[in-house]
Amino acid sequence: MTMGFSGGQADDEALVAAVRGGDADAVASLVDRHSSAMIRVAMAYVPTRATAEETVQETWIAVLRGIDRFEGRSSLKTWIFRILTNVAMRAGPRERRSVPFSALAAREDSGEPTVDPDRFLPADHEHFGGHWLIMPTAWPTPEEGLLAGETRGVIATAIAGLPVAQRTVIALRDVEGWSSEEVCDALEISAGHQRVLLHRGRARVRQAIEDYHGAVVEIDYDAVTAQLMGETSREGD
Amino acid sequence: MMADQHAHSDEEDLGCVAFVELVTDYLEGALPDAEARRVEQHLGTCPGCTEYLEQLRAVAGSLKGLTDESFPPEMRDGVISDFRDSQKG
Repeated sequence: MTMGFSGGQADDEALVAAVRGGDADAVASLVDRHSSAMIRVAMAYVPTRATAEETVQETWIAVLRGIDRFEGRSSLKTWIFRILTNVAMRAGPRERRSVPFSALAAREDSGEPTVDPDRFLPADHEHFGGHWLIMPTAWPTPEEGLLAGETRGVIATAIAGLPVAQRTVIALRDVEGWSSEEVCDALEISAGHQRVLLHRGRARVRQAIEDYHGAVVEIDYDAVTAQLMGETSREGD
Repeated sequence: MMADQHAHSDEEDLGCVAFVELVTDYLEGALPDAEARRVEQHLGTCPGCTEYLEQLRAVAGSLKGLTDESFPPEMRDGVISDFRDSQKG
């Protein structure tokens, strides 16, 4: 049996009822739908892939044995991820690393610029302070989008190289397709932190794609200024 | 010409340095109305930031399904058989 659950409240109720009724197909559908995201989140708390997988396994067993305690006050997804976080936090200390996600988020919110400041004119530039010196140029994007061809590998490598909180947020939002509310609920972070992490992560992926294409154009502001000012500005020199 | 409009904008222009840090808040609809208007005003005059916005939008919109963190099949089957066993008990 294939169940097209999309995660709404009615779906939650139907799914929970099916699991409570002993429907193993419903369990399989639930496990297949959430395990990928659960591994991503577990990886933020535990140091190895193997421990993350064990954490997910232990979480499923706890979820299924405790399904009668689900009261529908949060979404089923939020409830599952809360259990995952608890299991992961317990697993963490055994392997010397377990920090609440909000602490990771705060650590990665450095406030540093996400675009190299050298790409802009200095703030005190005569006419164009704070504007692009080296503009982003259009990518030669194939019709199938960024994931076609070699760019796919570039993007995957860039995401894998992100600090863990940024990597987790971009993976849940953009790879798994979660809403911002779902990410905030599952990771127990504020909407503001979620946006900062997403912003930093996406900016680094964008930069990696640009570095790969290698096409950037430096603007000749002297020419622009000369054109704008014409003879008038030259009189002042 | 973008620079011409920069120079003659009624309200003080946001500037590209500020824009690139607001772009995700803008895409997420998290900016107050006045701030969103400044962003849009800037976009109307700046091809560089318009391209930057489009690229971040492309990044955001094209990653779905990039990778799948697959749960090992033997663990998946273990979870399901544990469930079946618990139903018998």
